[in-house]
Amino acid sequence: MTKSPLALAICTAVLATAAMAQTDKPVLNVLTYDSFTSEWGPGPLVEKTFEAQCGCDLVFSAVGDGAELLARLQLEGKNSTASVVLGLDSNLITLAAATGLFTPHGQNTANDLPVPFADPLFLPYDWGWFAVVYDKTKLPNAPDSFEALAASDLKIVIQDPRSSTPGLGLLLWVKAAYGDRAPEIWSALADNILTVTPGWTEAYGMFTAGEADMVLSYTTSPAYHLIAEGDDSKAAAAFTEGHYLQVEVAGKLSNAPQPELADQFLMFVGSDAFQSIIPTTNWMYPAHHLAAGLPKGFQQMITPKKSLLMTPDEAATARKPALDEWLTALSR
Amino acid sequence: MLQLDRVQARFDDFTLAADWQVPKGARVAVIGPSGAGKSTLLSLIGGFLMPDQGRVLWQGRDLTREDPGARPMTTLFQDQNLFPHLTIAQNLGLGISPSLRLTAADYDRIEAALAHTGLAGFGTRKPAQLSGGQQSRAALARALLRDKPILLLDEPFAALGPALKREMLGLVTLLADETGATVLMVTHDPAEARTFAPLTCLVEGGIAHAPQATAALLDNPPPALADYLG
Amino acid sequence: MADRALSLTAAGLAVGIGLLLLAPLAALGLGLQGFSLAPAELAALRFTLWQAVLSAGLSVALAIPVARALARRRFRGRDLLISTLGAPFILPVIVAVLGLLAVFGRAGWVNQTLTGLGLSPVSIYGLQGVVLAHVFFNMPLAVRMILHGWQAIPAERFRLAASLGFSPADTMRHIERPMLRAVLPGVALVIFVICLTSFAVALTLGGGPKATTVELAIYQALRFDFDLAGAARLALVQFALCTAAYAVATRLALPTGFGAGQGRAGGPPAPKGWPLRLDVLVIIFAAMFLALPILAVVLDGLPGMLDLPPQVWQAAARSLIIALASTAISLGVALTLALAAARGRNWPGFAASLPLAASSLVLGTGLFLILQPYFRPASLALPVTMAINAALSLPFAFRILAPEARSLFDDYNRLTSSLGITGFARLRFVVLPRLSRPLGFAAGLVAALSMGDLGVIALFAGEGEATLPLLVQRLMGAYRIQTAASAALLLVSLSFALFWGFDQWGRRHASA
Repeated sequence: MTKSPLALAICTAVLATAAMAQTDKPVLNVLTYDSFTSEWGPGPLVEKTFEAQCGCDLVFSAVGDGAELLARLQLEGKNSTASVVLGLDSNLITLAAATGLFTPHGQNTANDLPVPFADPLFLPYDWGWFAVVYDKTKLPNAPDSFEALAASDLKIVIQDPRSSTPGLGLLLWVKAAYGDRAPEIWSALADNILTVTPGWTEAYGMFTAGEADMVLSYTTSPAYHLIAEGDDSKAAAAFTEGHYLQVEVAGKLSNAPQPELADQFLMFVGSDAFQSIIPTTNWMYPAHHLAAGLPKGFQQMITPKKSLLMTPDEAATARKPALDEWLTALSR
Repeated sequence: MLQLDRVQARFDDFTLAADWQVPKGARVAVIGPSGAGKSTLLSLIGGFLMPDQGRVLWQGRDLTREDPGARPMTTLFQDQNLFPHLTIAQNLGLGISPSLRLTAADYDRIEAALAHTGLAGFGTRKPAQLSGGQQSRAALARALLRDKPILLLDEPFAALGPALKREMLGLVTLLADETGATVLMVTHDPAEARTFAPLTCLVEGGIAHAPQATAALLDNPPPALADYLG
Repeated sequence: MADRALSLTAAGLAVGIGLLLLAPLAALGLGLQGFSLAPAELAALRFTLWQAVLSAGLSVALAIPVARALARRRFRGRDLLISTLGAPFILPVIVAVLGLLAVFGRAGWVNQTLTGLGLSPVSIYGLQGVVLAHVFFNMPLAVRMILHGWQAIPAERFRLAASLGFSPADTMRHIERPMLRAVLPGVALVIFVICLTSFAVALTLGGGPKATTVELAIYQALRFDFDLAGAARLALVQFALCTAAYAVATRLALPTGFGAGQGRAGGPPAPKGWPLRLDVLVIIFAAMFLALPILAVVLDGLPGMLDLPPQVWQAAARSLIIALASTAISLGVALTLALAAARGRNWPGFAASLPLAASSLVLGTGLFLILQPYFRPASLALPVTMAINAALSLPFAFRILAPEARSLFDDYNRLTSSLGITGFARLRFVVLPRLSRPLGFAAGLVAALSMGDLGVIALFAGEGEATLPLLVQRLMGAYRIQTAASAALLLVSLSFALFWGFDQWGRRHASA
């Protein structure tokens, strides 16, 4: 009894490898993050659509999230079998570029982001505004700024900037909006922060369990509840100081085993076929206006009056001091 | 012949030396003050302890490096002679085959050994269901089945009453007569030594002395033994 | 001969464990120059130590009365309660945290009751929350291990005590305290070291960056700073702490030397009067403390159980295979090391305890670094996960087996070797039957831990290899909170079924 599962597992592993080796079609490996490839993410549909047009086998390998993606890439270095990396956070692309592992994508850099964004190495494929999400039925009058939030006795769950990309986004949001006043804002927010979680999942789970009044997420988060669950109770609070952007980008590796397929895939990423998959699977805005417009439900989402985004270099420079300010303010 | 050839063993707080031999079929009482090393002597012969020097030989064969189970002897300990989780029959079966691969003939032998020691019908019970005397009998029955030429008794009957103890010694004598086994028996009781063992080995002062005639030794004890006998 | 073979195998395994744990560390630490800790890291170290000491101390202190009550009372549902004691320990972290919050959180049952009574609510966030969660996870484990200690005292000793007219205090002093002296240091060590590497629980319930642990600093170094040498440096600190804790625990633990009984039934005396009332109170309180958060998890997950998507079942099957294989490996190694340790050696225990101090993130990253030039990571997902799960659960299996392997050796080695019972026969007729109770418990624990552990599969898994915990994570990541709750309940149920099944098997076969 104790031996057979091991044998079975080894057989499975061997068979899987063998099956992989038998396909004659070229294989395009794309390194991305976990929720992209999950059964409920864009992955399955993207794979099906792209394989129908490329005559290739598109294989995703996934790691935890956008930050881990970069770490993984550095671990693999030039040994990576991936040709494309998809899902890096724009705040991290200076670090990513510094690895020297990327080559210019060569695609048209035009896009419909709310702020100008053009980078020779990294191609944005979707984006979203960070926002504080709350429950309308429990909280009729949501705060309209960090200062209003700090003045209230509402409790919010945020993510740790040391371990998650939304956490990093919030850090830069406060910095971009308040500059030198950021430490003061964090100090004022300290008693509103119920707790800090390692990742988005724990924070959002605590919010939906009713533990916190608000959670740091995206302006598009309520769209999931509205479209997939028919639940319109969740809303994002519009902040007058503006909302920071998360831009997710794809890049081509200079050691790509399949450079032509990589180009073809990046071209596909910018196409309407790919872009129209994004809203209801990744719950983010596509980087290009869709021919058919956004899915029903997205129109009800708030549109911030002001969009904030540091350039990749600014973000890279600001991260460390902003983190120290955050730690100092919240450790007191 | 069982020979202890210049055996020397050193432990944390005492040493034990022995250099003597007894003929095959001998019956030897091992007597001496508490803590002098009686059990240690049996452990050295049984292979549970290693001497620092010297050899243990049986019929000229050097046993010193052999595992306890490979030596031509059976030891009955003060306690833990039976595995509590196995039945009496299984406990006996271990004496025939340590891997408990038993044939029908083996089971017949087990039954016979049980009957021989007055335990007929007890095979399916567990040790906890037996009285102290019955447990000793079961251990003896296994010794019978193992049929080894040397039997080492490390006070296995110490917990039994005088009558029961006499009865067990009678049984040991009977079995030893039948099999011609060489027996070494630790005892505190000079009377026991006199009735059971023609030879007695005195252990005291770090030495297991060469066995002498029991009667002579006990009638005319050296000072250390005299003190012990009181 | 047989002893030498055992020692050699055990030594080989110990070296293997050392390599498995230290090679990844070395791979990361290649660029390490100099050794100093930044002020923030020192603060993290202080917090880590402090919460681990508190958690271990409190878990053990609370576990003693519970274990004693369970050892001396017989009541309906006692067996079920003892089995259920394993449950908190095997809950996936995020599930357990949400369960705890449902009870003790801001909007939890406790605070609802308090405010309903007009009292002011209590906050779980802070050091108290971290310790509460760690006690919730680890106190039941401590109860089980201490209970084993109580059950290992031969009934004859208690009979002797009764015949000598011992009062409960005398019994405590002469019989129970020596047992506790032998058992508690090991129990406290295990819990202390588990809490040392805590990270998600500490951060989430600690309420913010004040509650930063060394493990979080490792996480940050690996993920954002890509400071491999820095991560290795912090991992070394963890190793050093574990080694020091191990040395202290070994120094403190004294063997009991109770010797063997005849395997007769019977436990400690069960005095009536106020001790009885106290025991009842202790058992009810412990059962509530452990059961309520689990009840919350069940209530949360139940609604969606029937329409779980097929991927969940596939992942569940994969997780089961991994869990069973990990269990086989872990128990084989643990038993070999425990039998070697029973012969009075210290190194097998040390080798078996090493994985406690290992950061699974460092382990996974280092292995990845070592293996990926030669293998496709996804093709290694299952074997690597099995090996890591087995290694990480080894300390628990060893801790459970070691004391009983020790008494088995002390009590029956002479008899076993005088009869020449060696090799397979020894395993089959002596070791397995005598150790079936701890083996069943250890197997249950390892299987359940391997079911629930995210471990390193996240680092290696490709598209198709998701395990159930990973899938729960993915579901939550895709906003499928309800489905995730149901999948988590499935995970908990399967883990518990494995745990319960093995544990029952062990207890059924623990013939007198």
